[in-house]
Amino acid sequence: MGSKYRVFYTLPLLFALNTAGFAAGSISIVPGPDAAEELQEALITAEPGSMISLAEGTFEFSDGLSLDVPGVTIRGAGMDKTVLSFGDQKAGGEGFLITSDNVTLEDFAVVNTRGDGIKSKGADQISYRRIRVEWTGGPDEKNGAYGIYPVESKNVLVEDSLVRGASDAGIYVGQSENIVVRNSTAAYNVAGIEIENSKHADVYGNTVTHNTGGILVFDLPNLPVMGGHSVRVFENQVIDNDTPNFAPAGNIVGMVAKGTGIMVMANRNVHVFDNVLKNNGTVHVLIATYPNDFDDDTYVPHPRAVLVRDNSYGDGGGEPDGEVGKIISDVTGTPVPDIVWDGVVPLTEWITWTSGDDRIYVNEADGTTFANLRMIQNTLYPWSTSPDRDISDYEGTLPEPDMVSLPQLQVQ
Amino acid sequence: MKVSALLGIALWLTALASARADKVNDAALMAANPPRMLSAYGLFVDPANQIPNVGVLPYDLVTPLFTDYASKYRFVYIPGGKSAEYREREAFAFPVGTTLVKTFAYPGDLRKPNEQIRLIETRLLIRQDAGWKAWAYVWNEDMSDARLRIAGKRLPVSVTHRDGSELAIDYVVPNANQCKGCHALNKELTPIGPNARNLNHDYSYAGAVKNQLRMWVDLELLKGAPDIGGLPRAADWRDESEPLDKRARSYLDVNCAHCHRKEGPASNSGLFLTAWEDDRTAWGYRKRPVAAGRGSGGLEFGIEPGDADRSILIYRMRSNDPAIMMPELGRTLVHEEAVTMLEAWINGLK
Repeated sequence: MGSKYRVFYTLPLLFALNTAGFAAGSISIVPGPDAAEELQEALITAEPGSMISLAEGTFEFSDGLSLDVPGVTIRGAGMDKTVLSFGDQKAGGEGFLITSDNVTLEDFAVVNTRGDGIKSKGADQISYRRIRVEWTGGPDEKNGAYGIYPVESKNVLVEDSLVRGASDAGIYVGQSENIVVRNSTAAYNVAGIEIENSKHADVYGNTVTHNTGGILVFDLPNLPVMGGHSVRVFENQVIDNDTPNFAPAGNIVGMVAKGTGIMVMANRNVHVFDNVLKNNGTVHVLIATYPNDFDDDTYVPHPRAVLVRDNSYGDGGGEPDGEVGKIISDVTGTPVPDIVWDGVVPLTEWITWTSGDDRIYVNEADGTTFANLRMIQNTLYPWSTSPDRDISDYEGTLPEPDMVSLPQLQVQ
Repeated sequence: MKVSALLGIALWLTALASARADKVNDAALMAANPPRMLSAYGLFVDPANQIPNVGVLPYDLVTPLFTDYASKYRFVYIPGGKSAEYREREAFAFPVGTTLVKTFAYPGDLRKPNEQIRLIETRLLIRQDAGWKAWAYVWNEDMSDARLRIAGKRLPVSVTHRDGSELAIDYVVPNANQCKGCHALNKELTPIGPNARNLNHDYSYAGAVKNQLRMWVDLELLKGAPDIGGLPRAADWRDESEPLDKRARSYLDVNCAHCHRKEGPASNSGLFLTAWEDDRTAWGYRKRPVAAGRGSGGLEFGIEPGDADRSILIYRMRSNDPAIMMPELGRTLVHEEAVTMLEAWINGLK
């Protein structure tokens, strides 16, 4: 095998010489001075359904990569063996952008991008499998915002992946539907995993540790897709989230207190169960209303129909951090209870009641602590100096969202 | 006026026809795989001087996209007998076979835009049966021909800036996907520039001055246009006789709204900068950032009325850091003059 050949076409073998080298089938690319251009060219000229293999080694890029061909699989030799390095990146909002459907990314790493790591936008049926995205210098506000970043997509799978060092969220799924994030690790990010303005999501089996906040389920105003709902967060290890918030100011995650385990903000029909929460210094589970003013008549800032049940709680709440930690602990004292709800409801419900379908429910083992802060909307003040700590008032249940099924998991 | 304009056109067409008789190569334009060399299309009779072939009509835009102070030569080719259909807001609906040609070039000195021209690249948008295709060709040293670059390229360019200083530009030739990074509307590759409002001004056709839309209608390149007098017209952002609000919105429309619109690549930001967007939160007025990362610069709002220094929009236009800068593609330099204009606009907002 001639080592000077950087690109191996296995199928078909050759093309007319007077046209550009359009290849189908399978292409293998190895590191080298021309690898960046070869890979980008392969990503553009790939036939639908083809495979691009990345050999073991480190690839250096000065510009972002992009793929707009459907059905392509990009496969490396392992998340610690095939490394796409963007330390000298000069342009591009992300390291790798995917805008086509039915794409699979497997067994490689993207490191040290200037902006986001891997973004897939409007890319349906996208699979991230055994992918590592990392900023290798550790937490730093100069790191990119999102590690694995699917947005405006349907049928999103992230599994067995690892994200470290994102200055916003390690694994961030935004404005999407039908989502599975499982068996992955998010560490040393501001937010470990964030599901934002999305519906039908299962987040399970993940290890979320040493972030500022572990798992966030948010809904934000003034976006094309709002009304996040039907999210299940279960069987995750949410432990030792103790990294000071290093998000650049102005971002919504900048408000997340160090040591927040799982946080639900706005959204409807969110079930949090069978998780292990330990050593989260501000609060293990926080259920909150969107805190900022907004100009959007269609937005619902309150969390609705949230069920928290059967989680396991270790030590926590002993070091409430930042503005949020202070607001909570000023009301509850320290340690902060395991589960805290700000208690904000629409003003009409102050004078009447909240329908059973919309309430917050908590069913936990004896000894689990809870507080409803009974905050007043648009203020940071409770209407009463004593929070409601009677967890038994919140017993009840809600119909659980269906398991998310993804087409890419069924063909396997 | 009309007679002289027509005479000018006739002279222009005759001059082109006499230069070389070969027609534009429609087969090359329609081929599935692009030719390696730009000359194969037959779009130019004198490439070094950007003299187009018969049937290839030059045009320009009221407010152009900023590309690191590059000069641009634009042409439209529509195969014989066909016409584009008028659209009020979007780029016209061009028929199969249409080719939009845009050559990027630098003069030796930005203060003398017509001297010592070095051609850098020519980008083609070709309307094939299955949709638009985008290709970039990089010119050779003697400017006799240009070669296809599928994966894009960086080219060092050095020119004399407007203040007399030397300006080194790390010029970026986009790859095909980067073309779509801007030219995507509902995920389909789509032209941006040639819309009614941005074509609606006079152009000098070989010395004969005429409104471009009228010219396109007269040449039957455009059909379905209502009476020309009532058509929308963008403001030239450089024209200080225009209201500042119109200049600002026109600049943002051209430089930002191809992505920042509901149907564009930046739809998930919720920031929509089309000329017609009238939801003020959507165009940035006290709009909070989303997914901006470091791009927020610690600021709360896209546009903080009355305070350009506290507006994320200005912060990002002033940056050259890939994680912060806007637009993400198409510039490596800050467009100082335009940012100054936008700062004045924001400082005047209440």
